[in-house]
Amino acid sequence: MHSEMDTRKSRGRLGRDVQTKLGRTLQAYFDDVVKQGVPDRFQDLLKQFEERTSKDKGSS
Amino acid sequence: MTLTPSVRDAMLAAVPSLRAFAISLSGNVDRADDLVQETLLRAMANIDSFEPGTNMSAWLFTILRNLFRSEYRKRRREVEDTDGSYADSLKSHPEQYSRVEFTEFRTALAKLPPDQREALILVGASGFSYEEAAAICECAVGTIKSRVNRARTRLAELLSIDSADDFGPDHTTRAILTAGGRG
Repeated sequence: MHSEMDTRKSRGRLGRDVQTKLGRTLQAYFDDVVKQGVPDRFQDLLKQFEERTSKDKGSS
Repeated sequence: MTLTPSVRDAMLAAVPSLRAFAISLSGNVDRADDLVQETLLRAMANIDSFEPGTNMSAWLFTILRNLFRSEYRKRRREVEDTDGSYADSLKSHPEQYSRVEFTEFRTALAKLPPDQREALILVGASGFSYEEAAAICECAVGTIKSRVNRARTRLAELLSIDSADDFGPDHTTRAILTAGGRG
């Protein structure tokens, strides 16, 4: 168990193991979203824009 | 103004981490996806100002960050919705992290000041260097470093991590109590 004192002691200077743990959790949290890939709406958005600009070019 | 296939591919390649950045900033998937959409629209409208050969990802992150900050200023008085639209959107988890841990982590992240949160995410998760993060946030490298340090310290406090063994299921209840349940 930890007392308030223990928590205080860690303030300002984190141990290497705590930093590592935090870093890994942050990375896992972030990668969890990254792994979802590119939602269709963004694929479609870029495709539409591409088609529109190429059509503009073709008709000029 | 043209969107060449290589520029388009670079944009698409950046979308997953752009979304993760947006979700980390806003704590809300729907708002995050709107931010990404707005970012891509702005990027396409200003594609001429993108210098080929430079970092597309950093360019898009800069646009998204600026959009988020102008929106944040507008919504400052609103309560952040961290009610679970993020958790609901998750389909799979690495075995070593439970949904509870991510929820707990997200709640703690949301309590950080925006400056510290974005610095931590850029450097700690998005893979940018301190220099790149400083360019994205338009501040000095030393400022980014100190924000990252303060963010780490604060997160450790919020999650009550005193040692590497602390952050786990047994720890959840106390961390939630410590972090407070105000929504």
